[in-house]
Amino acid sequence: MPTATLTDAARRAVSDVCEVRDAEPLDGVDGVVPTLVARPTTTEGVAAVLRAAAGHGLTVVPRGRGTKLSWGRPPTSADVLLDLSGLDRLIDHAAGDLIVAAEAGMTLAELQQHVGGAGQRLCVDETVPGASVGGTLVANTSGPRRLVAGTMRDLLIGITVVRADGVVAKAGGRVVKNVAGYDLGKLMIGSFGTLAVVTEATFRLHPVPAARRWVTAPVEDARHAQRLAQEVIHSQCVPAAVEIDWPPVAGGVLTVLVEGRAEGVDARAATVRGLLGDFATETEDPPAGWSAYPWGSPEEGAERPTSLKLTFALSGLGAVLATARELDAEVPIAVSGSAGAGVAHAAIPAEAPVEGVSAAVERLRETCSRHGGSAVVLDAPAAVKAAVDPWGPVAALALMRRVKDQFDPDHRLSPGRFVGGI
Amino acid sequence: MTSTDGAGAEPTGVAAVARRAAELLPEAGVITDHARLRTYECDGLTHYRVTPALVVIPEDAGQLAGIIAACAEHDVPYVARGSGTGLSGGALPHAEGVLVVTSRMRAIREVRREDQRAVVEPGVINLDVTRAATPHGYYYAPDPSSQQVCSIGGNLAENSGGAHCLKYGFTANHVLAADLVTPDGELVTLGGTAPDSPGYDLLGAVVGSEGTLGIATSVTVRLTRLPEEVRTVLVGFESTDQAGAATSAIIAAGVLPAAIEMMDALAIEAAEAAVHCNYPEGAGAVLVIELDGAADEVEQEYAEVERLCRDHGAFEQRLATDPADRALIWKGRKSAFAAVGRISPDYIVQDGVIPRTALPEVLHAIAELSASSGVRVANVFHAGDGNLHPLVLFDDAVEGAGEAAEQVSGAILDLCIQHGGSITGEHGVGVDKAAYMPRMYSDEDLDTMQLVRCAFDPRGISNPGKIFPTPRLCGEVPGRHKGPHPLQQAGLAEVF
Repeated sequence: MPTATLTDAARRAVSDVCEVRDAEPLDGVDGVVPTLVARPTTTEGVAAVLRAAAGHGLTVVPRGRGTKLSWGRPPTSADVLLDLSGLDRLIDHAAGDLIVAAEAGMTLAELQQHVGGAGQRLCVDETVPGASVGGTLVANTSGPRRLVAGTMRDLLIGITVVRADGVVAKAGGRVVKNVAGYDLGKLMIGSFGTLAVVTEATFRLHPVPAARRWVTAPVEDARHAQRLAQEVIHSQCVPAAVEIDWPPVAGGVLTVLVEGRAEGVDARAATVRGLLGDFATETEDPPAGWSAYPWGSPEEGAERPTSLKLTFALSGLGAVLATARELDAEVPIAVSGSAGAGVAHAAIPAEAPVEGVSAAVERLRETCSRHGGSAVVLDAPAAVKAAVDPWGPVAALALMRRVKDQFDPDHRLSPGRFVGGI
Repeated sequence: MTSTDGAGAEPTGVAAVARRAAELLPEAGVITDHARLRTYECDGLTHYRVTPALVVIPEDAGQLAGIIAACAEHDVPYVARGSGTGLSGGALPHAEGVLVVTSRMRAIREVRREDQRAVVEPGVINLDVTRAATPHGYYYAPDPSSQQVCSIGGNLAENSGGAHCLKYGFTANHVLAADLVTPDGELVTLGGTAPDSPGYDLLGAVVGSEGTLGIATSVTVRLTRLPEEVRTVLVGFESTDQAGAATSAIIAAGVLPAAIEMMDALAIEAAEAAVHCNYPEGAGAVLVIELDGAADEVEQEYAEVERLCRDHGAFEQRLATDPADRALIWKGRKSAFAAVGRISPDYIVQDGVIPRTALPEVLHAIAELSASSGVRVANVFHAGDGNLHPLVLFDDAVEGAGEAAEQVSGAILDLCIQHGGSITGEHGVGVDKAAYMPRMYSDEDLDTMQLVRCAFDPRGISNPGKIFPTPRLCGEVPGRHKGPHPLQQAGLAEVF
């Protein structure tokens, strides 16, 4: 299999069907610089590139807007970088049906702007600035709003993909309720571009609520955070989000978002204030850093911090926060995320020693696993990625390999980036 | 070597599985007597009947996995059955196969309020999950009309919905994890108590796969907080046009009710005859609208809904004043399918979906179809999400009536597809609608779904003949890679 250079025939095959250019270092996928960059502008164009790549045994790494390309493991090979930013059109916004269909390379922000004009929203947060619709889907990122609306998994109703062999396939449709055939969309969500290339997606939308209120209160310690989060989720205030912000060393803040009609929101925000105690404050604007990951946006070229996704049963929140605090003696860890949904993110500075980071990942993994969840290293400096298994233990891996083998038998799509080296 | 329809299975294969079952299960759990086998010849879709070769009723996951392993060893097809309430023939047995019944796996293992989770066995009845969670202030949201008898395992296989999925979603949105016996007879855990397990979302593919990818032996579900306030209102309109317009207006106003259900005049007539639900007299259509949530929020939403219904021609709005009143309103709606038996000896239930805004147009087209064919159609549906349940009425004793009803029924599905909808919103494809799949999906689409099937069930023994009209043999797929994978050769991946 060619890696660094392509044969003339292979290069011609791709450039015959698509605008191509030679890759530059900035096109690197977590340090792996591809040979060619192909930028088709339609699903058919993507299919043509993938057929050409299949004909010459080329590996292909799809890229949306390139905001999470370093996540996962570096690919073992990347002959062609498949740039999907040219698939950036809104296909259909049926406001009366609360449905939107868009091409995968459109940015999430642009899609939100379109549907926002009709007082609607796609209920998934833009946690990584500039992310594409497709990238958000295949990396399955989520923010505070997942508490009520779920994730891409709960919002995606139809999908168009191009398989590794260049065949275009659709699943689902443009109605919310549909159980005809297998739900291929679910398999694509969080698949990191290893099963097929997503080119179009259709989502259900939600109305933008008339009023919002954020109620914020400091927490004394991990146990206090756990107790308050439990009180809020079991209350009748119907929170739209329950977020914890847990900086290194000391302090912590719990924030509850309440959404709805103006009068109802007033009353419920007051109820939440009552639950959160004397120091609770209320605002009509999101607090700083709302829906952002704790690692921020590192500067171009700078070493990236270790970024983790932590999941746990709700009763495990206190244990996860306590573990992070205990580890502070070794490496500083900032945690933030959905205390009410059991999903948080953690950041460890890039300059932290590799051994310290490895030990911290192990400890967090152990705690999360004890509470029914996992700790995945989304991104990290190269030395850390070399030292830890970013994905951690994965149940049913053998079955996942069989699915991969069916969709991409030659392992040419984003090879090696995913769990178990898939 | 492989078989997708099981037609090639030797009788000796079933005999071998029966022997294995007799070793693993108590005597009562293995049924070979023909008269007793016939008890299982159909599910809720009673016009398809097949007597299975063997029925087994395991009591735990180990027994169930042992039986499936024996099926795999002898290439014997099998079909899983929960309570047998499905309406698409998804649990229709295989004549040369084993029917695996989960009705003895009925333990509710855990209800954990602090985690908002319950762990249940597949045979547990849907409503029993809610009953177990209610003392903790919680319930299980998906509520198919058959919730008093249908099982969680069946719900998982069919991705069941219900009246309240407009706001709360389907089974897929409420199942967090499942232990699954794969068609190889292996027990694997998919998903987890916490969300977003790393790796492919295999659970997401299994939910709604109609028993073709394996059998769940334990299911972890999300529990939902019981709402502070529930308001159920019955609204009478002169026509389905008015009721449809009111529905659209409510959604457009940004109100998300827990449910908006519609029944037309014929469906109302049937419900009245059956359960005396006291729906508004002379109504051309009724809406059952339910709002739930925080009390203040519901109060304001109700005021808006009331105004919008009035603006769109509602002549009567009856707010349920107590739980008994609410139950009566729902009784009319939830008994509608059975009630149609009062006005017609036979009927076909359809389950098509259309974009909500196409409702008036599609209802007119259905009325025209009915008028031109002389076949009566009663309409009961989840108006909020465009999921139609036209009841196509006929008398099988009249020659040609069954065929005429089938034709109208098929034409309705075509209408749904033409409007960008689906052939099934919650009942599943089963055997009933497999022939319609190519009208909704291309060969490439169906072929891609088969890749999933081949990964889970390369022998094609798990509920064969369902969903897909012409499943291809897994070994036949052109261009399949043979031999070791490049990664494996490079020493980067292990073989499992």
